[in-house]
Amino acid sequence: MSSHSAALRHHFANPEQQKEASVLGMWVFIAQEILFFGGLFATYLVYRTSYPHAFADAAGHLDWKLGAFNTVVLIGSSFTMAMAVHSAAHGKSRAIVGWLLGTILLGSVFLGVKVVEYGDKFEHHLVPGRHFQYAAHHEANLAADPGLAQHAQLYYSLYFGMTGLHALHMIIGIPILGWIARRASRGEFGPHYDSPVEITGLYWHFVDIVWIFLFPLLYLIGAH
Amino acid sequence: MATTVTTPITQERMPKEHYLNADYGVRSWLLTIDHKRIAILYLVSISIMFALGGIYATAIRLELLTPAGDLFTSENYNKMFTAHGVIMVFFFLIPAVPATLGNFLIPLMLGAKDLAFPRINLLSWYLYIVGGLITLAALFLGGLDTGWTFYTPYSTAFSNSNVILAGLGIFVAGFSSILTGFNFIVTIHKMRAPGMTWFRMPLFVWAHYATSLIQILGTPVVAVTILLVAVERAFDFGFFDPARGGDPILFQHLFWFYSHPAVYIMILPSMGVISELVTCFSRKKVFGYSFIAMSSLAIAVISFLVWAHHMFVTGLSVYAAMIFSALSFLVAIPSAIKVFNWTATLFRGSVSWQTPMLYAFGFIGLFTIGGLTGLFLASVGLDIHVTDTYFIVAHFHYVMVGGVIMGYLGGLHFWWPKITGRLYPEWWARVSAVLVFVGFNLTFFPQFILGYLGMPRRYHYYVEEFQVLNVLSSAGASVLAVGYVIPLFYLGWSMRYGKIAAPNPWPATGLEWQTPSPPPTENFPVTPEVTEEVYDYPNLRLPKETVLV
Repeated sequence: MSSHSAALRHHFANPEQQKEASVLGMWVFIAQEILFFGGLFATYLVYRTSYPHAFADAAGHLDWKLGAFNTVVLIGSSFTMAMAVHSAAHGKSRAIVGWLLGTILLGSVFLGVKVVEYGDKFEHHLVPGRHFQYAAHHEANLAADPGLAQHAQLYYSLYFGMTGLHALHMIIGIPILGWIARRASRGEFGPHYDSPVEITGLYWHFVDIVWIFLFPLLYLIGAH
Repeated sequence: MATTVTTPITQERMPKEHYLNADYGVRSWLLTIDHKRIAILYLVSISIMFALGGIYATAIRLELLTPAGDLFTSENYNKMFTAHGVIMVFFFLIPAVPATLGNFLIPLMLGAKDLAFPRINLLSWYLYIVGGLITLAALFLGGLDTGWTFYTPYSTAFSNSNVILAGLGIFVAGFSSILTGFNFIVTIHKMRAPGMTWFRMPLFVWAHYATSLIQILGTPVVAVTILLVAVERAFDFGFFDPARGGDPILFQHLFWFYSHPAVYIMILPSMGVISELVTCFSRKKVFGYSFIAMSSLAIAVISFLVWAHHMFVTGLSVYAAMIFSALSFLVAIPSAIKVFNWTATLFRGSVSWQTPMLYAFGFIGLFTIGGLTGLFLASVGLDIHVTDTYFIVAHFHYVMVGGVIMGYLGGLHFWWPKITGRLYPEWWARVSAVLVFVGFNLTFFPQFILGYLGMPRRYHYYVEEFQVLNVLSSAGASVLAVGYVIPLFYLGWSMRYGKIAAPNPWPATGLEWQTPSPPPTENFPVTPEVTEEVYDYPNLRLPKETVLV
């Protein structure tokens, strides 16, 4: 049996239908994800509007350089992912594996930087909860918002909630990339069958785009 | 124009091989990826959950027989109604029609071999089971006392019950619902048989398409909201804690953003069932096909814009309240379009009164009452008067429970010959349909009056003047219970002893009736080709002899 028919699952009429179904499926899944993150973005919107000074001040405690570095890393990983999808469409199995490993590497670098950042926040008592302690970054903000410390805690609740959920998506994504790379190394993908690579790519790009929104909303609001 | 045909009701023997006997053993069921078998798995699981939720309802109605709080302590009563609500809403009403009838029928109606993602379909059932077990663990090991709505700050800062565990269970079950909707959307887009255009699809499928949109776009929001509640309790985050600048009302906005549309997750699939039943048992082409189809989508869209009518007493601004009130009135229009179109379909049809049609009539009656009282609640002034009273309880039971139960049982009877290959006993089925309708009204209509008179919900004692109406309600609940239990026996009996059903016993239009009963695993021996519109009823005559056994 050729790899062509082996990849076609029993309930589809032809490979085109199967591919269209899986790509549409990923888009529907991404729609679901947007609403999932949307709840947090709505919460962010409400509290940032209510406590603009506290949010600007709390953002000042983040290291925007690390955030910017991670942004570049993730955009780079989107590029390697796009190249993997491109290679799959042209049936270059070795190239798929290479680009996917590059994506995994960049994703891991991102997570590594995140660990450093989280550790720093932990040391400085910026993790919300009983041990949260806060000193104003700019005295002017304290003057504008007497509840600064508490409202900064809301910011950090959102910071950990949103970046944590984002990181979780990457932690789920990386083993999937590994699995796809393994299948690619067996020569499973080519012009006749590349939808697993393509939909994994869609997922990875979605996770990147979430970060593109998170970076300015969390790191850059105190800059002015 | 084809000549008028009738099809036989019964046949001599079942097809030699079908989805039920294609494989045997527990493994063949627990690892199946056949949408028809997964539908059966869901059918069994939701029935168990329904029975459990019913036990809690029984406890509530027993307690409310007398004005004094004499059966349970206040704390235990809180846990009773919370358990009833959580089980019924998340584990029965939401999956009831889509996960059973929808799962079974959508591929058949579209002429497909299966849903687009059969393994994800099975995963969805496992998530339902895991979510259900976690939630039941929370309910049995100490209970939950927040009400099914988990309102903050009570749920985050004060309740000493199992909020995190129950929340986790509902979170997991939410993804089961998301995956069902996800599968339906892709299937309806990509798996239609040749010739099955969008406007040749049965209205049942349209209704499920609209439902799936809500499942995909609403459920993730409540999932993340419940996650926030859990995180706030576990790690002391302050999202909803006013002492730390958080806003408990924000929870209500996020919660109702899903939970109002969720009402339509429950009722839209039932509306789809009713559209099928009304046309079949009027022997007429449905009146206003495209209006019914589009009204499903309109309901799905508008349902996302009405959530704050649950919050008129939270200090919402006057303008916001006016807008949400107007939008809530708006959602009544597509709902009314459906009712009018069903009624117009009945007009001059040759109507027969078989069990599924009894349920369809029941649905139209209950939904009309539930829908019209919904308009009461959309008007801000009256809503404030009856907020948190039994008027609300009566209203949402009429819409959600009346809607789902009537559609679910009506559909289950209608497609029973297809699912099991056997006919159910018509006489018993009619008796129980009447009992359910009478019992339902007796249970919940007095609650409208109680609520209007001012009896608050969620208390286990009340002033003595209210006792007569409460006793009526409890009496109705026992009639209702009998109506629910009878089908368990005769449907169970019919699986073994019922007459063997022909492929199309009603006879009805729709691809699902053109394959053997029960269908083979691959659904259709040959992929069907669709050449005509749906509901070509004038040409199919219902046999004079009814299906009485």
